[in-house]
Amino acid sequence: MATDTVMEHEVDKHDDGNAWSGAKSPFKASYGKLMMWYFLLSDAFTFAGFLIAYGALRFSSPTWPVPDFVFQTAPFGIHDAPLIFVTIMSFLLIISSVTMVRAVQEGHRENKNGVVFWMLLTIVGGLGFLGCQAWEWTNLIATEHMTVNTNPFGSHAYAGEYLDDKGGTFEAGDSYLIHKHEVNGEMEWDPRPLRYETGEETVEQFGPKAFGALFFFITGFHGFHVFSGVVFLLIICINAASGLYVARKNGYEMVEKIGLYWHFVDLVWVFVFLVFYLL
Amino acid sequence: MANISYEESIKKVYWGLTLLAIVTLVEVIVSLLGKGHIISGAENYTWLVYLTGLVIIVLSIYKAYFIIYEFMHMRYEVKGLAVSVLLPTMLLIWAIIAFFQEGDSWKNRRELIKEKNEEKVDDSQGMLNQNNDVFIIEQIG
Repeated sequence: MATDTVMEHEVDKHDDGNAWSGAKSPFKASYGKLMMWYFLLSDAFTFAGFLIAYGALRFSSPTWPVPDFVFQTAPFGIHDAPLIFVTIMSFLLIISSVTMVRAVQEGHRENKNGVVFWMLLTIVGGLGFLGCQAWEWTNLIATEHMTVNTNPFGSHAYAGEYLDDKGGTFEAGDSYLIHKHEVNGEMEWDPRPLRYETGEETVEQFGPKAFGALFFFITGFHGFHVFSGVVFLLIICINAASGLYVARKNGYEMVEKIGLYWHFVDLVWVFVFLVFYLL
Repeated sequence: MANISYEESIKKVYWGLTLLAIVTLVEVIVSLLGKGHIISGAENYTWLVYLTGLVIIVLSIYKAYFIIYEFMHMRYEVKGLAVSVLLPTMLLIWAIIAFFQEGDSWKNRRELIKEKNEEKVDDSQGMLNQNNDVFIIEQIG
């Protein structure tokens, strides 16, 4: 009887038409791995919702803050370095993705020390990314005074003459910062004057209001994914170090599953990087 | 995956790292070129701005493909699994592009309405109703 069953399975392996008739998994993936894929798919829907809101609002605004102007500062007092800091952040995520691939490979070889080593490197990469994001947010909130509903990055819809804070002029379509400054002990917004070609002088208002909310919610939601990814990586790293997955003898499948999630976080960053910083 | 040796698969991973790093660097350089940071004045050529945008989008999609197929091992999964995950994703990308188009249409519509509101009517021939031609309903009733 037992030999009969084995023979039947061997026959089925060569007959794909039978894959959905039951008693075996047609996708040849474990339940956990399959569900991780579908969770990632549902997560992709959430991020797509955010990106749709971003794209629709950006394209429906006459002007939008220029990203290479908004994101041009880096730590240690570096200015006028457009997009350099976010490029470093991207590299951190890519490198941590690669170390994750190495951890999964070592898992397939049942090499416990290798898994723990490469997972620890992945965690360091994730923490580095979170640290960079914390600095970026601090800079935007504390230095540029950007909030969820205030966008200090002015931009211009009409051609004309624009005066900056030093009395110089700049072109329409450029972006600049409106800073808070102290007036009689109180912080006040300092909008810049602009002159239309008619000679009439007016004051430049803040940039499109949705920019701050979109930035903080999209990068914040992604950062939250990185954070929870780091927490799960840490848990699974400790489990792996304790020898839990050795006993399971399934090639460290748990590491593979968290690896899928971690690559997804990198994947989302590819698109956040594209729409928010590059375009 | 099972067909290649351990050393080869490690080599493949580091090759992937190099590839992703180079593609990201190229993306940033192309983006800065389109914004006029590398050659000043380049941002005034509309065709160049569109071209750099297109190049960046294509490279990003290539990066996404590489991460899914090599790092997430989608290449080695059963075709049914790959299709069940990737087909909805394709529809999603279509939705994003469609809504970009939609946002652009909102802007154009808003500008059209503004333009129409500010339009002055040409009445040189006096064809429009003057005040004395307007009937007031109370008078008729």
